[in-house]
Amino acid sequence: MTNSQLTPGVVPGRLPTAAYDQNFADHTPPLDRHEATVAADRCYFCYDAPCVTACPTSIDIPLFIRQISTGTPDAAARTIFAQNILGGMCARVCPTETLCEEVCVREVAEGKPVEIGRLQRFATDGLMAKGIHPFRRAAATGRTVAVVGAGPAGLACAHRLAMHGHDVVIYDARSKPGGLNEFGIASYKATDDFAQAEVNWLLQIGGIRIEQGRALGRDMALADMQASHDAVFLGIGLAGVNALRVAGEDKHGVRDAVDFIAELRQARDVSALPIGRDVVVIGGGMTAVDAAVQSRLLGAETVTIVYRRGQDRMSASGYEQDHATKAGVRIVTNAAPVQVLGNGAVTDVEFAYTVDGPSGLTLGAERFRLKADQVFKAIGQTLSGAPEGLAVEGGKIAVMGAGRTSVPGIWAGGDCATGGDDLTVTAVAQGRDAAEDIHFVLSGDGQIAHPTGV
Amino acid sequence: MADLTSTFIGIKSPNPFWLASAPPTDKEYNVRRAFQAGWGGVVWKTLGSEGPPIVNVNGPRYGAVWGADRRLLGLNNIELITDRPLEVNLREIKSVKRDYPDRAMIISLMVPCDEESWKAILAQIEDTGADGVELNFGCPHGMAERGMGSAVGQVPEYIEMVTRWVKQYSRMPCIVKLTPNVTSILPPAQAAHRGGADAVSLINTVKSITNVDLDHFSPFPMIDGKGSHGGYCGPAVKPIALNMVAEIARDRETRGLPISGIGGVTTWRDAAEFMALGAGNVQVCTAAMTYGFKIVQEMISGLSQYLDEKEMALSDLIGRAVPNFVEWQDLNLNYVTKARIDPDSCISCGRCYAACEDTSHQAIAMKPGRVFEVMDDECVACNLCVNVCPVEDCITMVQLPKGAVDPRTSVPVGDYASWTTHPNNPGAKVAAE
Repeated sequence: MTNSQLTPGVVPGRLPTAAYDQNFADHTPPLDRHEATVAADRCYFCYDAPCVTACPTSIDIPLFIRQISTGTPDAAARTIFAQNILGGMCARVCPTETLCEEVCVREVAEGKPVEIGRLQRFATDGLMAKGIHPFRRAAATGRTVAVVGAGPAGLACAHRLAMHGHDVVIYDARSKPGGLNEFGIASYKATDDFAQAEVNWLLQIGGIRIEQGRALGRDMALADMQASHDAVFLGIGLAGVNALRVAGEDKHGVRDAVDFIAELRQARDVSALPIGRDVVVIGGGMTAVDAAVQSRLLGAETVTIVYRRGQDRMSASGYEQDHATKAGVRIVTNAAPVQVLGNGAVTDVEFAYTVDGPSGLTLGAERFRLKADQVFKAIGQTLSGAPEGLAVEGGKIAVMGAGRTSVPGIWAGGDCATGGDDLTVTAVAQGRDAAEDIHFVLSGDGQIAHPTGV
Repeated sequence: MADLTSTFIGIKSPNPFWLASAPPTDKEYNVRRAFQAGWGGVVWKTLGSEGPPIVNVNGPRYGAVWGADRRLLGLNNIELITDRPLEVNLREIKSVKRDYPDRAMIISLMVPCDEESWKAILAQIEDTGADGVELNFGCPHGMAERGMGSAVGQVPEYIEMVTRWVKQYSRMPCIVKLTPNVTSILPPAQAAHRGGADAVSLINTVKSITNVDLDHFSPFPMIDGKGSHGGYCGPAVKPIALNMVAEIARDRETRGLPISGIGGVTTWRDAAEFMALGAGNVQVCTAAMTYGFKIVQEMISGLSQYLDEKEMALSDLIGRAVPNFVEWQDLNLNYVTKARIDPDSCISCGRCYAACEDTSHQAIAMKPGRVFEVMDDECVACNLCVNVCPVEDCITMVQLPKGAVDPRTSVPVGDYASWTTHPNNPGAKVAAE
């Protein structure tokens, strides 16, 4: 292969082989025991700690850090998993800089928070590496719950239900479980096939069966599921993607960022993945950042994120934006695409500067063009394939309380449901809470059991 | 730069920082490095009688207690006195002293508790050129089982007896090193004084077990599955040492007896505190063993700066806090303070709240937005919030002025009044008319 960063078009192998290994290695390497001890020492064990409040799954962070510093990291892992069974993945992908670490009192005091995310990974990785599953299933209840979607919400829901003794069948449309953990996260955040390892570890609870390749609406109807199960949980995510709605969008080289990210995650050999010399990513969220950074890591010469509003409105955190700019990504704000140019394949994208006024976003007169042989659309995902009959609100399945939809017996959580940010950790919290509510309803005795540690 | 030249019982040294008798002063190589680094003097590691040298264990000698970030807070040891031949030590002492005449060179001694042994060793050290001797009546481990070290230091009569022998058979200044492993430090100090000691030094180490190996169920340091008590030192023992130094400094019998302060001196500030409570100089060991000899440079610069800022001479510092070291019954009960939390430096960790709410007087309110405020009508000014706050000076104690009403007691702040005159005290003296 003789391609380089300067090779025109969308081609594979722009970098020397060794560079790919380096570029797609673990983005934030795990702490070793010494580093973890030093990091844990910094925790003040706050009263009613702000970090716990900021965590969507309410992990008792001061307690687990104290358990690390007293030499019992496995106990720390149990503390984490009791609240968040996907604590391993969350330790890797949580935007801690806008959650627990943002409100850490040491962030307030010194601008350097306790490294909560990395400490969480230290604890959870340790227990998972031993193959220990810290929970035991309660006696079988004879009840069966259908969970649609094997993403973070579905997995968290299924695990908690199984723990309470219910039988769970997860129906998942893809070829592999994990949802966005498997298909939607930058490769360098979840190396070594972590998402699959985590699913296998989670399934050790027992009582959960996963049926892959089964899509709601296509392969099965909600009514049938309701008839054959005691309850249904929908964790179907947002399968649709928004279109640019500009001329030339169908030109060769324009594609959805989520597909690109999924392809990257599934690739055995990333050097074989073709990437443009000049890449333009349209959008302002984590998907845009993940697509842009990975484009650079694959060897694109120039990568530009273009976002239609101001930088402060980008849903990618400041940390993620810095991560992108450090990787050599240029971020252009207050500009929206007006047409994609090219003869068959994209060559340029034309943008208009925008004005964010009281009447909303309007396009200004001034235009500019960016050279592009590849364009990734990352302007948001939409609910797709939601079953008929469920109330939808703001493009999401409307839920009340712990994930109850408008139809009795059907719960929903994760990105497909209203409430909360579209984060892995939020999905886990919603799946877990829905499971408790389902258990409450199925038990009929008003008793909500709590996790049982082994 | 303030003049740090120190004269302690007639022994001059360029600064008041000596290395204590311990592993750092066991041999010529170390002591030369210490003097090169700037130490004012050393007390050479304890010599024993002529003959086969004592032996040490061949496993771990030290145990430790750590604080955050593995800062060493306490160290204990089961090492004995020097395990090198007497003549080697004497030759090296002479050699070093010859090259460093301006530094203090004290020889620590520990021989069996009989007159002949002491007479013999004193004769042997006579021509080393050393400036003085220190009698090791302090070591609590190993040698105590053989009737030496703290076994002597715990019996005032022995202290007095041996001190007399030393003064009788030597013209050298004599420092008696005391053990803290006693119920009161005064009888041993008074005995040393009666015996003619030129000074006392304290504290030696505290009998201790630093930790237990929970796999082998043995005290640590563990030797083949067993452990014996060691001698504890380092920052953790400083409060014990300060109190003992101060007790001797203010005692009617021992007042004026020079004191060499030992026990967890780690920084210039520690040294200044010992000296303020009556120590004429200080001896250091654990800090050097933790960080190396270079720490003396910080001690020198820090003490100089402090003295300059206070416009004090070193001699002005010595004993300056002793008159303020009083009995509890003499404390002013009309000194009323209240905790104040500075909202600007508060980082909202809530530790003050947890401490006060769970374990003290429920005098801190937690308000919306994690704002913490002291309730003066509940605050007894115990200072716990100050001590658990991770931010220095975020919480301070503010004194109520005279005449102000304490919202907790509804009593106006009055003039000095102590327990000695308090109406609740059955033995109270009637205040003079």
